[in-house]
Amino acid sequence: MKKLSLNRFLILLLTTSVCLPKFGNAAEVSSFTAVQNTHIRALAASCAACHGTFGNSVASSGADDNSGANAVLAGMKSAEFKEKMLGFKDGSRKATVMHHHAKGLTVNEIEQLAVHFSEQKRVVATPIKSQTLKASHE
Amino acid sequence: MNNANHFNRRDFIKTAGVVGALLLSNNGFARATKPPLGRVVVVGGGYAGATAAKYLRMWSLGNIEVIVVEPNAQFVSCPLSNLVLGGSKSINDLTFGYDALKANHGIKWVQDTVTAVDANAKKITMLRGELNYDRLIVAPGVDFNYDSLPMLASSEAQQQIPHAWKAGWQTVNLRNQLEAMPDGGVFVMNVPKAPYRCPPGPYERACQVAFYLKNNKPKSKVIVLDANAEIISKKGLFAKVFNETYAGIVDYRPDNAITGVDVASKTVNTEFDKIKADVLNIIPPQRAGKIAQLAHLIEPDYPWCEVDFLTYESKLAKNVHVLGDSVAAGQPKSAHMATSQAKVCANAIVQLMAGLAPDPMPVFANTCYSFVDDKQAMHVANVFRYDANKKLMLSAEGGGVSMSPSEKEGAYAQNWAQNIWADTLT
Repeated sequence: MKKLSLNRFLILLLTTSVCLPKFGNAAEVSSFTAVQNTHIRALAASCAACHGTFGNSVASSGADDNSGANAVLAGMKSAEFKEKMLGFKDGSRKATVMHHHAKGLTVNEIEQLAVHFSEQKRVVATPIKSQTLKASHE
Repeated sequence: MNNANHFNRRDFIKTAGVVGALLLSNNGFARATKPPLGRVVVVGGGYAGATAAKYLRMWSLGNIEVIVVEPNAQFVSCPLSNLVLGGSKSINDLTFGYDALKANHGIKWVQDTVTAVDANAKKITMLRGELNYDRLIVAPGVDFNYDSLPMLASSEAQQQIPHAWKAGWQTVNLRNQLEAMPDGGVFVMNVPKAPYRCPPGPYERACQVAFYLKNNKPKSKVIVLDANAEIISKKGLFAKVFNETYAGIVDYRPDNAITGVDVASKTVNTEFDKIKADVLNIIPPQRAGKIAQLAHLIEPDYPWCEVDFLTYESKLAKNVHVLGDSVAAGQPKSAHMATSQAKVCANAIVQLMAGLAPDPMPVFANTCYSFVDDKQAMHVANVFRYDANKKLMLSAEGGGVSMSPSEKEGAYAQNWAQNIWADTLT
């Protein structure tokens, strides 16, 4: 029973297009690729504080979605992402904050992040509405 | 047990519909009625706990049942709460509900307080029931340690001398006292010995109070009593703002730990000074949150929880993970760190519960902004990378701080807040 549900879960993990990049076929599946995969998804998720869940920023300052501060990363072309990040990393591209992040990542991580974000679906994401603080709050 | 069973049945029926709809909207997978990988209970609905709950549900594709236990009905953001003191934010700008998070991800929710954790039996006890878990996440934030300041331990004393270090009515109280202070008054605040929640926070607070005073009560001043030998975060930037923008208003005194307080007269003693305040704000020394203490996740002589940084599993209790400010991470106790840790932990738990190895090399980012007035902010940003030899998250190359505070970064900081709130709570 346990084995069945585990297999089912793995199939789910590997066939979804929402959270994870697609694999070519089941033969490519191994625990190694699964680990590689989860490495990038957790790193990419830590970008969400400034760039939104799966790169769907709810507040950006650029002329369009994919430019300027807090840019939308979801669906950004991988070549564009890579060029910008490598520019931030080597200092050839002017940055306010991003050089402090890009310099800490490896070229390989930047390349994988580029693919990851290019595969994320652009969805309309909006800021959460605030509320009146209740008297019962501590 | 009856309570727990009752809760399970009732809530499962309620949640099944939400989960079904969620999965249908993904890829139309058929799914079993019961998540096959087990149950994770998350204690604490702050940045760390709420984020862990959301990402566990997303990354397990609904295959892990997640129950959050949180005593408060609302989430109040500590980041930006110093701006309530400066007057450019209201506490109601920083208060949010959990409804979107629950509905979007099929997270079950119990509004209750945890009173006991039995790691051997994999069970928690709350005021109104019990819950069994396969894995437990403890994310209780910080607890104030009043051992050295026992006169401030009562809630009455904290009404007169607020800490305002957990955002909510304490923040409003301190703002009200600041507004009621006469021009020419003295606002006294402290910086506790590091580590504490939000390293740049007290210095940002000094700026926010000074900003208010400069514009409204220019004869007043802010005395900052720092238990540390120097400004411990964004040092050069804050020193410049204190000495230039707020010259004559901010009186910063390093190496000046508080040794006692007379609550009635709002008089504070340090090794060197005795100062009478018109408004007194004491940020107490801190340690891992109460639930971490009662779950025996801290050593007797150490205030923070030691964890395995690949999984955030406690070194003292199996299948119990600790996140956020309670962790002995050697890194800033910030909201972004809490969410980054939560994602590494959720990622690892999904792997472990599926019988797979967790990511052996986590990497994540931290960005933290501080406002020096109503519009200008400055950042510190770093990547942290797991060091397999030291078994620690270490600062990667290239991190750093702003050249100077700016309105541009003030806008970035507002965007940061909107994004981290939406990521954590929707």
